[in-house]
Amino acid sequence: MATDVGELIRVQALTRRYGSRTILDRLDLEIAPGEFVALLGQSGSGKSTLLRAMAGLDGDVAGDGSVEVPGQVSVVFQDARLLPWQRVLDNVVLGLDGAAERGRESLSEVGLAGRERAWPNELSGGEQQRVALARSLVREPRLLLADEPFGALDALTRLKMHALLRRLVEQHRPAVLLVTHDVDEAIALADRVLVLDHGRIAAEQRLDAGRDTTEIRAALLRALGVTGE
Amino acid sequence: MTLVASRPAVTTRPRTHRLRPGARIRFGFLVGPFLLLALWAAASASGLLDPRFLSAPWTVIGTAAELIESGRLQENLLASVQRVALGLAIGVPLGTLLALVSGMSRWGEAVIDGPIQIKRAVPSLALMPLLILWLGIGEVMKVTVIAVGVLVPIYIHTHNGLRTIDSRYVELAETVGLRRGTFIRKVVLPGALPGFLLGMRFAVTTAWLFLVVAELINSTTGIGYMMDLARTYGQTEVILVGIVLYGLLGLFSDAAVRLVERRALSWRRTLAS
Ligand SMILES: Nc1ncnc2c1ncn2[C@@H]1O[C@H](COP(=O)(O)OP(=O)(O)OP(=O)(O)O)[C@@H](O)[C@H]1O
Ligand SMILES: [Mg+2]
Repeated sequence: MATDVGELIRVQALTRRYGSRTILDRLDLEIAPGEFVALLGQSGSGKSTLLRAMAGLDGDVAGDGSVEVPGQVSVVFQDARLLPWQRVLDNVVLGLDGAAERGRESLSEVGLAGRERAWPNELSGGEQQRVALARSLVREPRLLLADEPFGALDALTRLKMHALLRRLVEQHRPAVLLVTHDVDEAIALADRVLVLDHGRIAAEQRLDAGRDTTEIRAALLRALGVTGE
Repeated sequence: MTLVASRPAVTTRPRTHRLRPGARIRFGFLVGPFLLLALWAAASASGLLDPRFLSAPWTVIGTAAELIESGRLQENLLASVQRVALGLAIGVPLGTLLALVSGMSRWGEAVIDGPIQIKRAVPSLALMPLLILWLGIGEVMKVTVIAVGVLVPIYIHTHNGLRTIDSRYVELAETVGLRRGTFIRKVVLPGALPGFLLGMRFAVTTAWLFLVVAELINSTTGIGYMMDLARTYGQTEVILVGIVLYGLLGLFSDAAVRLVERRALSWRRTLAS
């Protein structure tokens, strides 16, 4: 048993259906405190459905099963989802009282010190996503759920964001579930990579130190149904 | 001897926004009205326009000066402005509140939306006889007519603004655990503000419109009363003073709302900015 049982994230026999289509089929998943898990899967395999279930955002979707998550969960969406009529700092501390100072710190952590008073519209896509990251982290989440947060960014910005995310996660140590369609991104960031297929976790690769990543990469691509490499 | 350095023939593309309306013109909203005024003056000066039919602009200005001197203009203007201000002060909050209740709960919508749509379908003038029967012909009736007339555009546009708030923002509010009060303050109200302000623009012009109608019925003060009195004496220049006054009031209240709009919606980057 893990030391801090209370923080273990556990999804058991999770089923989610849209109409007659079963998207998640008695899925089981555990994430240890502070563990970084990446979730791969083909388009339409149900990655977002799983993430939304864990974030408690799918009250209107049919299904059953249990989801145990810590009290403080933050979500980063594919779009930065900043309120356009709130300045950057107000977006970061949205719903938190008297947290302006922490918000400022959080913004400087993501390299946006000095942009507190800007409107979201005045920021680039990468900067907006950094604000979204600051908004998530200022809440000191025990679980960070991220649904393709870098999907809309160019390759160079993505790499920079990877480094930033890794640094932030090391500092704040939340457990992370990162949905991505990029195998290399998953390998670069995660402790463990999962592949979702037919409503279940179909494959799993641990990135223990010293393991050959080309081998892991090949195994993950095979699990994703991508042959020939 | 001066040497003229020959520049290499580099063609720089002009930095224009071909598809945008262009830079903002200061007081641009006055250009059209001034053109109309010029046309009117020209027609009067050349004798094309019979003064018994339509007085010349300078006659109107002269009459206005006389009316101001005698204090009649101020007195009537004040009475009219008071009615409009009261009507707006009652109708705008009421319309906003109804829109909020209707926009944020299905039951609210079920109860409120129908009656307002019906009210919208019935010509407001058709309600006048009933309002007169209920409220008499005094100030209460006049203010009520304006308030009820103003309520409709405020409700319609605020409600529409509410309903078009991106559901992704609602989802965000849920994930960061916003309380209902904060949700209304930070998401609902700012999100509905563009709609509300559009409704406001309709509301101010509507208010002046209903004012005229209300004032033509048994008033002893107000611009409408002044004009009606002038009609019985055949004083077109006084009627014109009234019309110009209504026009100016409408124009400036619209400009005021637009100014507020520009300030309040500075976060928007739109075609017009
Ligand atoms: N609101 C909905 N109503 C009906 N079907 C839905 C709804 N949301 C998702 N689905 C269906 O559920 C399946 C899984 O969707 P989901 O968004 O979880 O996929 P995904 O793995 O995140 O895909 P992608 O990588 O393209 O984002 C899809 O086939 C999709 O069509
Ligand atoms: Mg998805």
